[in-house]
Amino acid sequence: MTCALSLEAITCRFPGRGGVAHVAVQDATVTVADGEFVSLVGPTGCGKSTLLNAAAGLRRPDAGRVTVFGQDLQGRNPHAGYLFQGESLLPWRSARENVMFGLQLRGTDMREAAGKAEAWLRRVGLAGHGDKYPHELSGGMRKRVALAQTLVVDPRILLMDEPFSALDVQTRSLMENELLALWQQDRKSVLFVTHDLEEAIALSDRVVVLGAGPASRPVGEFGIDLPRPRDVSEVRLTPRFLDLHRSIWETLRSEVMKAHATEVHG
Amino acid sequence: MSRAWLALAQFGLLVAFFAAWYVLTKTEVLPPFFFGEPLVVLDRVREWFVTGSIYPHLGITLLETLLAFAIGTLAGLGFGLWLGLSEFAARLLDPYIKGFNAMPRVILAPIFAVWFGLGVLSKVLLGVTLVFFIVFFSVFHGVREVNPVVLDNARMLGASRRQLLRHVYLPSATAWVFASLHSAVGMAFVGAVIGEYLGSAKGVGYLILQAEGVFDINSVFAGVLVLTVFALLLDKLVTVAERRLLRWRPGGAGALQS
Repeated sequence: MTCALSLEAITCRFPGRGGVAHVAVQDATVTVADGEFVSLVGPTGCGKSTLLNAAAGLRRPDAGRVTVFGQDLQGRNPHAGYLFQGESLLPWRSARENVMFGLQLRGTDMREAAGKAEAWLRRVGLAGHGDKYPHELSGGMRKRVALAQTLVVDPRILLMDEPFSALDVQTRSLMENELLALWQQDRKSVLFVTHDLEEAIALSDRVVVLGAGPASRPVGEFGIDLPRPRDVSEVRLTPRFLDLHRSIWETLRSEVMKAHATEVHG
Repeated sequence: MSRAWLALAQFGLLVAFFAAWYVLTKTEVLPPFFFGEPLVVLDRVREWFVTGSIYPHLGITLLETLLAFAIGTLAGLGFGLWLGLSEFAARLLDPYIKGFNAMPRVILAPIFAVWFGLGVLSKVLLGVTLVFFIVFFSVFHGVREVNPVVLDNARMLGASRRQLLRHVYLPSATAWVFASLHSAVGMAFVGAVIGEYLGSAKGVGYLILQAEGVFDINSVFAGVLVLTVFALLLDKLVTVAERRLLRWRPGGAGALQS
């Protein structure tokens, strides 16, 4: 299978206190095959988002190489759509105008863009909400708009940074199922960052466990052989899911303990 | 409290003020020669508007105010965006901007009169120096507080630097501009009237100066009253524009910002 996204031996440093650089990730290698759904899990502060930003081209790694469909990445990743953890919608644009934004930036005809936006709003279950401003929508609805906004420009790679972490449990599993249904249609390559192992297993083809920071790197990789299509709440009850969860958690737990120890004592 | 009640209470406060003024001057607790008489003041205002003698003066003052307001706001917005986005320019110009802002600009009025004559231009420029900094600082700080996630999102959707300016920075800037416009309206009036007061042949400030020259306190207060009413009207216009343009903000546009 061809490689959609490859992060090879990535190192990222941040300026730290007293001129000592803080090394967020060191020598980290992660790949995503074309059409593969990969999740990155790890304890808080392990540099998951840093790796994702390197993949997006929002942050230039201090060492290492990022390739996208075999090409070296220069600047922003043109094939990638990014779903952020925080509020990313333009607050002064209505839901429809937000979905249209990416098309508008590409110079798409406004009528055509409006039509596509409307169709995407329907696909994410927001038909009839197009004229509302972000502050008039609930958190879950805003996430749907953001999802439509990212997908309407049809990126080949989807980067997601804990996109559902701020949602309540019910909305969250609804959104996860919707994401899987949308993904099933055209199988984009996905790199999904989360600290929730259950979410990672339920969604992914492969789960990569990142070690505790600083200077973290992947410490384990697990193929998820659960059959698709999946229902995220049902799949969690299958014995295979529990097996996978147990074996990945063994790796993850020691890293979480390490991270906790640094947080408390360091 | 309902809006009608609030409006009634506000009007009541105004009536109480005028009543107190009337009683105190009528009983000569306050000498009417120095404090004026409210009925005469109101009558003077009425006379000005009925005979139409105020219109040329009011027209000039409003023209100066609006020009100062518009030019100062646009310049403040432009410079605010520029310095907000250019680290180098911001550092280079920092001491000068702080210096200009700290300078008591009323001092400039006579100088501007010498440089630009006794006409409209010198008043407009004085107003601009007052309005500019209010809008400038608001936009400048606002640019630095644009939500970084929104910026990154726009970048990932393919926005170029110019598109970021147009679609992210400029719309955010309108919110900061409006936050400062209420104080800017007042400042534009101050600029126009001070300019007229210190040297001119027309305008409400000139009218007040003339009245002071002959100890006509009632006309002075009448002029101040007219100016205040028009400043409030302009402020109302800003609020209306704000409501329309900032419809996207949670809780609507802020009502009390000054």
